[in-house]
Amino acid sequence: MLRFDQIEKIYPNGTHALTHLSLELDAGEIVAIIGGSGCGKSTLLRLAAGLDRPSSGSVSVEDTVITAPHEAVGIVFQEPRLLPWLDVAGNIGFGLTHLPRAERHERVVRALERIGLAGYESAWPRELSGGQAQRVSIARALVARPKVLLLDEPFSALDAFTRADLQHALLALWEASRPTLALVTHDVEEAILLADRVVVMQPSPGRVFKEIRIDLPRPRHRLDDAFIAVERRVLHALDGSLGLARQRASTQANVAVGGW
Amino acid sequence: MARAELTADLVGRPAPAARRARAGGGLAAILSSPLVLGLALPVLLALVWEAAAALGLTSRRLMPPPSAIFATLFKLAASGDLWEHIWITTWRVAVGFVIGTVAGTLVGAAAGYSGLTRRLVDPTLQGLRAVPSIAWVPLFILWLGIFEQSKVALIAVGVFFPVYLGVMGEILSVDRKIVEVGRVFRLSGPALVRRILLPAILPAYILALRAGLGLGWMFVVAAEFMGASQGLGYLLVDGQQLGKPDQIIASILVFAVLGKLTDALLVAATRPFLRWKDGFAPAG
Ligand SMILES: Nc1ncnc2c1ncn2[C@@H]1O[C@H](COP(=O)(O)OP(=O)(O)OP(=O)(O)O)[C@@H](O)[C@H]1O
Ligand SMILES: [Mg+2]
Repeated sequence: MLRFDQIEKIYPNGTHALTHLSLELDAGEIVAIIGGSGCGKSTLLRLAAGLDRPSSGSVSVEDTVITAPHEAVGIVFQEPRLLPWLDVAGNIGFGLTHLPRAERHERVVRALERIGLAGYESAWPRELSGGQAQRVSIARALVARPKVLLLDEPFSALDAFTRADLQHALLALWEASRPTLALVTHDVEEAILLADRVVVMQPSPGRVFKEIRIDLPRPRHRLDDAFIAVERRVLHALDGSLGLARQRASTQANVAVGGW
Repeated sequence: MARAELTADLVGRPAPAARRARAGGGLAAILSSPLVLGLALPVLLALVWEAAAALGLTSRRLMPPPSAIFATLFKLAASGDLWEHIWITTWRVAVGFVIGTVAGTLVGAAAGYSGLTRRLVDPTLQGLRAVPSIAWVPLFILWLGIFEQSKVALIAVGVFFPVYLGVMGEILSVDRKIVEVGRVFRLSGPALVRRILLPAILPAYILALRAGLGLGWMFVVAAEFMGASQGLGYLLVDGQQLGKPDQIIASILVFAVLGKLTDALLVAATRPFLRWKDGFAPAG
């Protein structure tokens, strides 16, 4: 469904963000992408969203090469990025202006029910809590019925209660249309709770370090022994990916000693 | 998140609209109303001035007291002259304002949206902006004659620059993150301007329009100083030439009222578009 093929990404300032990255996500699959800060996770999603282009290699969705934002791909950012001058209904329906008014309204209302915000149509974004705003931004991406939904640390700014709440909401929404999900997160528990597969990335320059399939039945519970066993494997892989980085960092840190 | 809020969140009840209860209280409320507070200072000054004139502390000939000024104002109003002067001046400002606003918005949007356009026109416009307004007058009179066109053109120039600067500067500072939302939904260039950039700059745009309107009122005086036979600016010149300070001050008062009134109208007309914004509202 979503395919990264031998991606290289070098930013204009010379930062080598991704190298030799190949990855394939199946239709309806939930893939969690984890890795240390700066290992290119956001870059990867931005390439898939068509917001940026790879330096070489290609990203494709169902054999269409992505060179610009594509209707089959939706994205949810770390911040809700709601448009403050539109009410909740206007924000959710933002990408649906090509539809007849009645159908747009119907989809918006149904989406509000799904995200547990029925009756909030005419609320302003400033009147929403952080969790509510993030739900609206997920709904905004989903009402356009993308085949692939990219989520870049969508819950990282939320407290633990709200996060657990939204993780379940996301799964419920996913059940409804089963798009392919690429979820970037730095929360190992979240990755295992939601994903069919966890991709651990390695920094400088970013690439895939390890892929771990999660075969646990759903619903998953983080206190189950099987869950904890998988968690240990993922944490181990994550440590491995960072260990390489740590050696480099320590040599660099020596240079930087006394800098401040 | 507090537990109650969490519950409300889960149940999906709409948050109650925050409605500030107004503290009621007869006289105190009237005295602290914005209108009364706003008028307190000018009324007090007028009273002091009137008293000073009555006591012979000021020269009546150069500094006519408020009563004399209002008498002149009423005389002008009763004869119908005042309304004609007000009408013609307001008309000039309105036409100049509309022309300057449309031009400033279009050029500002183009310069803000396209880097090429900006590099092409901005240096020139910044140079022209530095030209003192009065310097245009002889040229406009030469080109457009001493009648309406030259006056309206001068006012339009005055309105153009703050609007142009406001639109361009604000478009440049629109949050890239919000622009990306438009890109993700594959908006075309014009749609991006209409659905993202313009709404994002609206609050600043309205400020720019108010600044433009203010300059419009300023420039109309400059325009009417030369070769007008009607208008409030003409009343000023006429008052000076005939030695009628009461007429000058009366015209100044009318300018103040008109400027304030049109600004308030602009604010009221644009308020519905800014309902989404809750600004800083100091208490007390
Ligand atoms: N627009 C940009 N221009 C130049 N360099 C960039 C840009 N965006 C990201 N980078 C660099 O590319 C690398 C990868 O950044 P990216 O944001 O993809 O990392 P990330 O894995 O999402 O990190 P985090 O977990 O902190 O969000 C970093 O070294 C970053 O400094
Ligand atoms: Mg990131």
